[in-house]
Amino acid sequence: MNLTELMPFSVLIPLIAAPLVALLPGRVAPWLVASASAISALAIAVATWIGVSQAGVLRYAFGNWPPPIGIEYRVDAANAFVALLITAMAAIMLIWGRATVNREVPERQGAFYALFLLAVSGLLGITLTGDIFNVFVFLEISSLATYALIAHGGDRRALLAAFRYLIMGTVGATFLLIGIGFLYIMTGTLNMVDLAERLPAIGESRALQVGLAFIVVGLALKLALFPLHLWLPNAYTYAPSLVSAFIAATATKVALYVMLRFIFTVFAPEYSFSALPLAMAFTVLAIGAMFAGSWLALLQDNLKRLLAYSSVAQVGYMVLGVSFGTVLGLSASFLHLFNHGLMKGALFVAAGIIFHQTGSVRLDSLRGLGRVMPWTLTGLALAGLSLIGIPPTAGFISKWYLISAAIDAQQTWLVVLILLSSLMALAYIARLVELAWMQPRPADAPQVSEAPIGLLAPLWLLVLANFYFGIDTRLTVGGATAAAEALLGMGG
Amino acid sequence: MSALSLFNYWAVIGLMMLGYYCVIVRGNMIKKIIGLGIFQTSVFILFISAGKVLGGSTPILREGVSVYSNPLPHVLILTAIVVGVATTAVGLAIAVRVQEAFGSINDDDLDRLGYDSQDEDAA
Repeated sequence: MNLTELMPFSVLIPLIAAPLVALLPGRVAPWLVASASAISALAIAVATWIGVSQAGVLRYAFGNWPPPIGIEYRVDAANAFVALLITAMAAIMLIWGRATVNREVPERQGAFYALFLLAVSGLLGITLTGDIFNVFVFLEISSLATYALIAHGGDRRALLAAFRYLIMGTVGATFLLIGIGFLYIMTGTLNMVDLAERLPAIGESRALQVGLAFIVVGLALKLALFPLHLWLPNAYTYAPSLVSAFIAATATKVALYVMLRFIFTVFAPEYSFSALPLAMAFTVLAIGAMFAGSWLALLQDNLKRLLAYSSVAQVGYMVLGVSFGTVLGLSASFLHLFNHGLMKGALFVAAGIIFHQTGSVRLDSLRGLGRVMPWTLTGLALAGLSLIGIPPTAGFISKWYLISAAIDAQQTWLVVLILLSSLMALAYIARLVELAWMQPRPADAPQVSEAPIGLLAPLWLLVLANFYFGIDTRLTVGGATAAAEALLGMGG
Repeated sequence: MSALSLFNYWAVIGLMMLGYYCVIVRGNMIKKIIGLGIFQTSVFILFISAGKVLGGSTPILREGVSVYSNPLPHVLILTAIVVGVATTAVGLAIAVRVQEAFGSINDDDLDRLGYDSQDEDAA
């Protein structure tokens, strides 16, 4: 079996394993099968990524129907890069999450892991497919699984968070469907490459403009672009630790990727940025996200909610990179997409460990915890450094490229704003450090102990990855630049 | 082409606004789900209407017919309907759980119960 035929299996393995896992009884068997399928998906994604960096583009036509009639998976540097992030996070999180799931979802774990695999395969499907209707279907598969996963949270307010996400997510997905409908009506095709070839011939058309607008707004809801982020904080806060960590590291990134795919590949950037005031809108909303998100993060007294608002701010950085519409800006976005997955993954994993050991993620309960759980809290603080963007962390690299892109686009004033919002990140991370180390442990605090090595190892793997990719940037910068060039090169 | 010949599209716009309005304004979770259903259905009608070719016959291969309506939108919408049904099912399932957990599925009541207060976090 060659690589082209192997590539779709990174989506298919979790998809096929999901119903199997749902039927497995007990606690060990479902977890084992789920982890095994996530790891095999990771192996295939790695192979695909290596293959793509040598061969350029891999295409697989389902059922041997040649595109544009059949559905095809079309993998280039951009989606191989995103798929690598998703599968790596899924594998690490599943291995890490077993103990937290045992605590937070004691019953019917088969169904829980099955939903998790569906979410993974949905996200991978969105990433790999070359068919815009397929994007919608996979988006709904992953979203429906995510709603159900969030509703598994121990706090009863998880149900309300899941319901709000369901309403807003479905509205977003339906907007996307309307946009896809407009594109199909105008061109008669659903294949991305085919669309990219046919759209320029249509020229100026109100229908296309409206279609693009529906797609951008629908996906902006999914990626929690300020001010459409209202579903995100509660969903991240009340979901089980494993789910928070995984969706924080991947879900919004996939929505961003697919939005870029539409803006840059399906519609050429020359069209997108002239048909709609995207550069302006993205700049304004990104700045709004950076400051509103960071400001709200400062006000929270719940660790997971603080991290969730910080995600809103970080989505702002990614969208800011897009707003320049240059290769450098796009590379910065992709770089931050990957690096933010690493740092937010590490931070939510640390929050999950704290919840597992102490039973609370309120900031009050962090008081003096640095001395009791040094490994966990040091991991949290180091991942926090990456979030702020202090060298030599991955966060520094993405801020550096973002600032270079801003200067390159002659928007020097944005550099000041990027630095200011980074200072706000410094403030909320410093608050965590101050609570954990500078304050004494309250006398009536419950007895807690350091987490077992099984929980700490994945955390430190992610933390060290943050430092590794801050020093050796060949994989991330190379991958992000190739991704940006693939997006810009294909349609234009 | 008179305004009436675009009746389907007027219906789509009407249903879409009606459903969306219902999602935003109604506080009752079931009514929100109903609104969401209407909103999605309007999009289904948009696709189906676009598949009709004027003077075209049903897309079944047979003698003496050369113009067919486009069957692809129907197939797409069949998938979208399944997605819509699944969304409704998940939404209703969550609403049932909310009723069990909070004793109400109304936004106003839930706000009064202190949805955003932080007191329960330790539980």
